[in-house]
Amino acid sequence: MLGNTTSLEVRTPEGVTFTVPIASPFSRCMALAIDFAVVIALTMLVSQVIAILQISVSAIPVIGDLLSDFGTAMIVLLQFLVATLYGMIAEWLWGGQTLGKRVFKLRVIDERGLSLGLKQIVIRNLFRFLDILPSTFYLLGGICCLFTKRCQRMGDIAAGTLVIREVEVPAPEFSEAMTVEENSFARLPHLEARLRRHTSPEEARIALDAVARRNELNPDCRLQLFSQLADHFREITEFPEEVTIGLSDEQYVRNAVDSLYRRASA
Amino acid sequence: MHDSTGLGPKKSLSSLNQGATLPILCSVILDLDKFIAKEQPFWDELSGLLRARTEDPNRKPPLEEAQRFFYLYQRTSSDLVKLKTFAGEVETAQFLERLVARAYSHLHGNGGESVPFRPWDWFWRTFPNTFRRHWLAFVISFLAFWVGAGFGAAAIGMNYDLKSDFIPPQFSHLNEKPSKRVEREEKQDFDAFQGRHTFSSQLMVNNTKVTIFAMVLGFLWGIFTLVLLFYNGTLIGVVMFDYIADGQGVFLTAWLLPHGSFELPAIFIGGQAGLIIARTMFGWGTNLKLRQRFSRIRGDLLTLVGGAALLLVWAGIIESFLSQYHAPQFYPWKIAFGSLQLCALLLYLTFCGRKRPVREAA
Repeated sequence: MLGNTTSLEVRTPEGVTFTVPIASPFSRCMALAIDFAVVIALTMLVSQVIAILQISVSAIPVIGDLLSDFGTAMIVLLQFLVATLYGMIAEWLWGGQTLGKRVFKLRVIDERGLSLGLKQIVIRNLFRFLDILPSTFYLLGGICCLFTKRCQRMGDIAAGTLVIREVEVPAPEFSEAMTVEENSFARLPHLEARLRRHTSPEEARIALDAVARRNELNPDCRLQLFSQLADHFREITEFPEEVTIGLSDEQYVRNAVDSLYRRASA
Repeated sequence: MHDSTGLGPKKSLSSLNQGATLPILCSVILDLDKFIAKEQPFWDELSGLLRARTEDPNRKPPLEEAQRFFYLYQRTSSDLVKLKTFAGEVETAQFLERLVARAYSHLHGNGGESVPFRPWDWFWRTFPNTFRRHWLAFVISFLAFWVGAGFGAAAIGMNYDLKSDFIPPQFSHLNEKPSKRVEREEKQDFDAFQGRHTFSSQLMVNNTKVTIFAMVLGFLWGIFTLVLLFYNGTLIGVVMFDYIADGQGVFLTAWLLPHGSFELPAIFIGGQAGLIIARTMFGWGTNLKLRQRFSRIRGDLLTLVGGAALLLVWAGIIESFLSQYHAPQFYPWKIAFGSLQLCALLLYLTFCGRKRPVREAA
């Protein structure tokens, strides 16, 4: 993406700020390919059903003649309607998703983080006629997507929408990161209290993050990071040797985090 | 080991987190386990309500449920703020962010969408009022089309050989000499099933596409909307000149007027919507941002497109069942019908939905 941001930051009237990840042009292209396939399949299905009807009643004098011409007219109309209305109906029924978007876990939302309105759905889908140009190559929409800040095609700009990634964040396992079998620092509550008093929330946050993500780090980085953190906590509050003997840097930091968070209200 | 402020050394940690500014001493750090254990049931409850709303978006929740939903949203928002401020548990914060984002989206909805759609009111008030509010755009759209028609007529008036250059391949049948076509059509027995419906449906689709294009091309600052209207006008101009010059004016009127009286205004309305978009793109006379300008016209655009779609559906029906039947004895009726339709449309667009002047109290 050229100059795009990867997330939308929303500040609610309650003063809460949250971010929503914006879908990449690639995932949107893949979703579009599926939607194209669906539209083609639907139009073929409609055509086949009408063609079968035409053949089956062709022997009947009046109805056969009627369906011969009228059926072909219906095919022309229905093909157009399916291609135009598929996106609108799907997004309306599924709250901003088409089949392709469901597969790739994308969703259209209002650019302020609100749910999608019917007006927005209709406008963004009508603008597909423009975005799809030239022919059906989606060049205009694609270029617009690449060069706009929030990866919006022209339909998105006109409708005030954007496509986000639906990230399923599972309820986290809270205790795992915090579990310390035996925190030797707990034997010295006055030093624990000093550690808490002299540690800022940001410092505590960094240490907690490091503990929570320790298994994602490569071994060298892990050693280096915990060495720095342990040194830092040692400088803040020096625990006597009786409680730190045999502790690795990582264990030292885990003890510190446990003291900071678990026993904050003790 | 501590510095003079008593805050302790921060240097090495600051280098790990360059973006963070370390505040003055603030040692209130959340007891995460206790906090999570206390709040988790509320998060689960909110998650459950959200799931129910996603599965059935059209369900109207009872008042108690809506109030509970709002309470849970506020509580979770507050938990998120607490967690971000006093603890750094990223996983939980992300989980809560998603929860708050989903609840926020459901709760706040989209302004103005909750007003129920009243078709009767829309048809008799909203559409004609919206049309009149942007009358200038309609006039420009109308003029672009008829200037194109004049150009087309003048071009083949000066050099008749250019006719085939103006007529696109899908309308190649129009290359036939008008008097020959009229003779053939008038001799033909009435047969409703000779491909007329197919042809009409193709025209209906084509006109709908032209109308939509006339609107959406407004996004490119209206230039292509005007070009499209001019081009389509050129085609009509060529056909009109061709038939009138060949002495087939009555046939032409009886052929085009019944459906054209609705079809052409629909295309002009599409152009009108396109020019509204163009004005929004330019942003003349306003300091609002582009997205704010678009949010102001979105309702009007949809109203105009809806109106144009209605006109096109009616025009399609007329074209399918009336316009394509060319028996000379029906010409006066067809012309009268078309004229009546045009007058009715003009009256509707000009007068419907106007507010009655309030009579002053005696």
